[in-house]
Order: sequence, then C-alpha cells, then structure tokens
Amino acid sequence: MNTPLNRHGNILDFAISSLLRRRSKNFSLLVVYTLIVFVIASLIFFVQAMKREAGLLLKEAPDLVVQRMIAGRHDLIPDRYKEQIGAIRGVTAVTPRLWGYYYDQVFGANYTLLVPEQKLVEPGSILIGPGVARNQRIQVSDMLTLKTSSNAPLLLTVQGIYPSSSELISSDLIVLSAEDFQAMFNLPAGYATDLAVTVANPQEQTTIAAKIAEQFPDTRPILKSEILRTYDALFEWRGGMMVVILFVAVLSFIIFAWDKATGLSAEERKEIGILKSIGWETSDVLLLKFWEGIVISLTAFLVGVVLAYGHVFLFSATLFEPALKGWSVMYPHFKLTPVIDVYQLTILFALTVLPYTAASIIPAWLAATVPPDAAMRS
Amino acid sequence: MIELSSVTKTFNSGKHNQFTAVDGVNLTIRPGQLTILKGPSGSGKTTLMALIGCMSRPSSGRICLHGIRTSFFTETDREAALDITSLPERFLTEIRRSTFGFIFQQFNLMKGITALENIMLPAYPTGESQAVFRRRALELMELFAVARHSSSPVDWLSGGEQQRVAIARALINNPAIIIADEPTAHLDSKLSREFMEMVGTLKAQGKTILIASHDPLVFDSELADCVVGMRDGRITDIAGSP
Ligand SMILES: Nc1ncnc2c1ncn2[C@@H]1O[C@H](COP(=O)(O)OP(=O)(O)O)[C@@H](O)[C@H]1O
Ligand SMILES: [Mg+2]
Repeated sequence: MNTPLNRHGNILDFAISSLLRRRSKNFSLLVVYTLIVFVIASLIFFVQAMKREAGLLLKEAPDLVVQRMIAGRHDLIPDRYKEQIGAIRGVTAVTPRLWGYYYDQVFGANYTLLVPEQKLVEPGSILIGPGVARNQRIQVSDMLTLKTSSNAPLLLTVQGIYPSSSELISSDLIVLSAEDFQAMFNLPAGYATDLAVTVANPQEQTTIAAKIAEQFPDTRPILKSEILRTYDALFEWRGGMMVVILFVAVLSFIIFAWDKATGLSAEERKEIGILKSIGWETSDVLLLKFWEGIVISLTAFLVGVVLAYGHVFLFSATLFEPALKGWSVMYPHFKLTPVIDVYQLTILFALTVLPYTAASIIPAWLAATVPPDAAMRS
Repeated sequence: MIELSSVTKTFNSGKHNQFTAVDGVNLTIRPGQLTILKGPSGSGKTTLMALIGCMSRPSSGRICLHGIRTSFFTETDREAALDITSLPERFLTEIRRSTFGFIFQQFNLMKGITALENIMLPAYPTGESQAVFRRRALELMELFAVARHSSSPVDWLSGGEQQRVAIARALINNPAIIIADEPTAHLDSKLSREFMEMVGTLKAQGKTILIASHDPLVFDSELADCVVGMRDGRITDIAGSP
C-alpha cells in the first residue's frame, strides 16, 4: 500500500540517516541549540515559580497596611492610631505588626524578624526558616544568639523549623515574641512597625485608604493590590522577556546561518540534483529538508525544556544561584512547585523551532528547482 | 514501446549561444529490447535520453509512451499512447519514478549513506511501505552480489561494486525501462563485460533497455537488438530491428 504516511515516515528515516552522516557537526549544533533552550526555559520556569510563590505570600497579606511617615521615611507608628483607624466605618480590625531585618555579621546573612499576630512563641523561643537553620547549622532545641542593638547577646531557643517545602519567605524567617523583638531593637513600648487593616468590603478598600490618608496626613496607606503590583513589577519581565526573545531569535539566526553557510555546499546541491534525477519531486526534497530541520530543532527544544524543568523544579535552579546574588546566602533551597506557562513555552517554541526549520527549507528550495537532467551532466 | 517523432531539443533558444543538441529524431524503441545509442561525445545521446526519460521536454516533436502503468491514467488508457511532451511536471515525475530506472555515468550515489539506503532512495517518496522495498533492495543486492556491503557507506565500495549498487537502485521501483548513460566509461574491460552480463539478466527479465555508449564492448555486444548511430544530434544509421 502506498500511503502519504509511509512517505513521511520514509523521508523522515532518510532525513535521520542524512543527519547522522555529518555526525559531529550536527551533534555540536544540537548541543548548542539545546543549551540555549535550556537557559531560556529555565528562566521562564524559574520566574513563573517565583511569581507563584510571591502570589501565595500575598494571599496572606492584609487588605491594607498603614505606615507612618516622618520626613518622607517609614517610621514606627504609635498604638493610638490603632483606635482611631479602627473607628473608621468599614474597618473590621486593626492589628499592629512588628517586623524588621537583622544582619548577622558572623554568618553574613540577612534574616527577617517577625512577631506573629497571634502569639506563637514565648519570650526566649523562636521558630526559624530552613534557610536560617542551614545557615546557622542549628536544629530544634539548639540556641541561636542574636546581637541586640545595644550590642548585648540575646539567646533564643529554636522551638521549631519551617518545613523546606514552604514558601520562599520562610527561608530567612525568624519568628519571635514581641518582648524579644523589642529587646532586640530597643523599641519603645506602644509602637509598632506598621498597622494591618482588615476591611469588610473589598470594594471599600480604596475609599478607606483615602480616608486614612486624609485623617492622618503623616501616614501612608498601602493597598494589597498595590503590593501585588509592586511584586509583579519586581518580577516584571516583559521588558526582560523582550530582550530574551530577541536574544533567542538572534542566536537561532546565527546558528542557522552558521549551519547553512557551511551547509548547502556544492555537495548538498549535488545531492539534491541526484534526488531529483532519480524521481524525487521538489516537494519531496523540501519534505526531507523540513524533517532535517525539525529533527534538530524539535529535539533541542524538547531536551532543553525537559532539562530546564529538572533544573528548576528538582534542583532548585542551582545554576542560577551565582547569577541571582540578590537572594544571597538565603537563596531558596526548597523545591519550587512546578508552574508551566504554556503561553511562554509556545513563544519559545515558535522562536526556536520555526525559524530554524524555515531556514533549512528555503535554501534547499532554491536548489531543488534545478531541472532533473542536470544530474546527468555532473 | 516508445515512439519519437521529429524530436528536437534546442538549448538557449534565441540567444547568441543557441545550440541544437537533438535535431529531428524519429525513433521507435521496442519493449523488451536492448537499444543502444552510439556516437561520439557531443552527438546528443545524453540529451536524447533525458528527453525519453521525462527529465526534460523537447523544444518540438512528440514522444509517446505505450502501455505504461501510471496512477493517474485509468485501466482503459493503458494501452493507448501517452504523449509525455504535454504532461504537467508532476505527472512527468510520477512517470519517471514508476517507469524508468536510471544508471548514470558517474553513478550519482549519495556519499556517507549505506549501499542499501542508496538502493532504496528512489522508493522513499513513493509512499510504499519501507519493509516491502527494503526486502526488494536486499534481494537486488543478493542478485548483484553486493549483499555483504548492505550496511557499508557506499563510498567504501569499489567502482564495480558501486556500479552494481547503481543498477540495483535503478531497479528498486520495478521500472519497465532502464536507461544507462555511458555505463562502462569508468570500468575496465573485465567489469564492462560483467556489466553486459547483468544487462543480459535484465533483458531476460523482460526489461526494455536503452544504453548510450561509444564503447565497442557495449555496441558490438550480441545482446543488442538495435544500434542507433548518432552524430551532431541526428540519427545517422540504425542497425538491427528498427
Ligand atoms: N544544458 C545545456 N545547455 C547548452 N548546451 C548543452 C546543454 N546540455 C548539453 N548541451 C550540448 O549539447 C551537445 C550534446 O550533448 P550530450 O547530449 O551530452 O552529448 P553526448 O551525451 O552524446 O556526449 C553538447 O555539445 C553539449 O555541449
Ligand atoms: Mg553523454
């Protein structure tokens, strides 16, 4: 039986034989190509996963945060604001929050110190993130020593460690009691870092924020949606993505140019002539070149994406560690939850597989229009 | 049967380097016969064979094929004459693939590809099942005593072996007509005689064979049914059954 499917299968078979002839050239081509896809797909996966972590984090965030500003800078907010803001209609609850950062000179790491809204630990006890545990090499019931702002040591017992599967933020987190927090930073009593405001009706958030800003000109209310936007901006990569896309496009162009410049040699031209003379149609030759292009670019795409998946989600994007120094010592060591952005992968596919395949076909097309009798005179 | 009437091929028509390579040829090639085109270099043999083999079109005249099988002509047309000069390109390729097997002077094999794959090459785009034509290719390799080279790259083979691979390739699609252009030009006398033996085998199988050659070993062969002499694009004499 003669079927179109057989024709494709046969020509694909031959395309692979044909590629295997120039084994080292095609293999190095494949390696370089795969590497590029790997890096870009890793980036896509990583950024998406981080965005997801950030999103989860913000789900827990309060509707509205009120900060006090002094001379344009964030300052401690007195507890009395709590009553006054709580009196505004529509506000369900106002919770003073205590949190801050601490730099450990000995271990060279930054920690986030947080007093929970509901009391979780007694004075003298703490809960820590897995990053802190790793960094300090401590376990549950070990002691952690912090230095207060008056240079006195503060000894704290580790009561628990957050599981490493929890979110990004818990990695560098130290949860402690309000008393210890105040001792750490010599805070005056009756002050908080900021106020978390809960609003009953989400649609009123903006109005209430405006009311607060009006009644307390020395405060800055921050809406959750604004935080979300800032976070988004932090991971905002539309601009970055454009650069990446351009990068891919240019690179695949260079690769194909390098391949094709060395590719459609007199030898290949002659081979196309032979094929035509033994009864291959121009479309058969193009199909052959199409398969040759697809085999290389699709393999590179699939292998690159699979490797990137493993890299980001099984090995926590270890290769990016030195590149993303922003996370510094506290680089997340937990396993990121797999997130796959089909849209971005489709763009990556379109920019890697399509131009290469097209570039394989077009020069062959020009060569394949030679009359079939040309091969009789070579 | 192939019938040529007043076939002319002019290259670069209308330009200063206009050249008529085949000039008013009338010829009948009978089925099952060995026809030899004999003539000095430049006499138009290759050009004429390219015309017969549907590789190019004549500038004027008609070429008719009788009793060939094609997928696009129905049962009743089979015995009728098919004027290939007016067929669209796609049909010409189809006829070329199913009706003709070509043996080129330079063998035109694909370097780096195994002998077996070279033989299968004309069958790939037909859409036939690979298992089927692979078996046929292996049988042909057996027939031409090159079976042990089936998985060697074809460029590792000797000249004589390469020619046998080229012949096997010409036969893979089971063509009714074999066209060979100067097949012994690169062979010594011993290999040339072997080639003529293989031609005898093909003839015994009922193939129509057309060979262009200026090698006496070929045109003086007793296998030849008809020897057509050519010079300057014209037929000078026809020996044997016309
Ligand atoms: N494509 C072409 N363009 C111009 N002249 C050609 C072309 N092909 C063949 N010729 C000329 O036609 C003549 C006959 O060539 P050919 O058929 O190859 O002769 P033979 O095979 O008998 O040696 C030669 O003079 C050759 O130069
Ligand atoms: Mg010739």
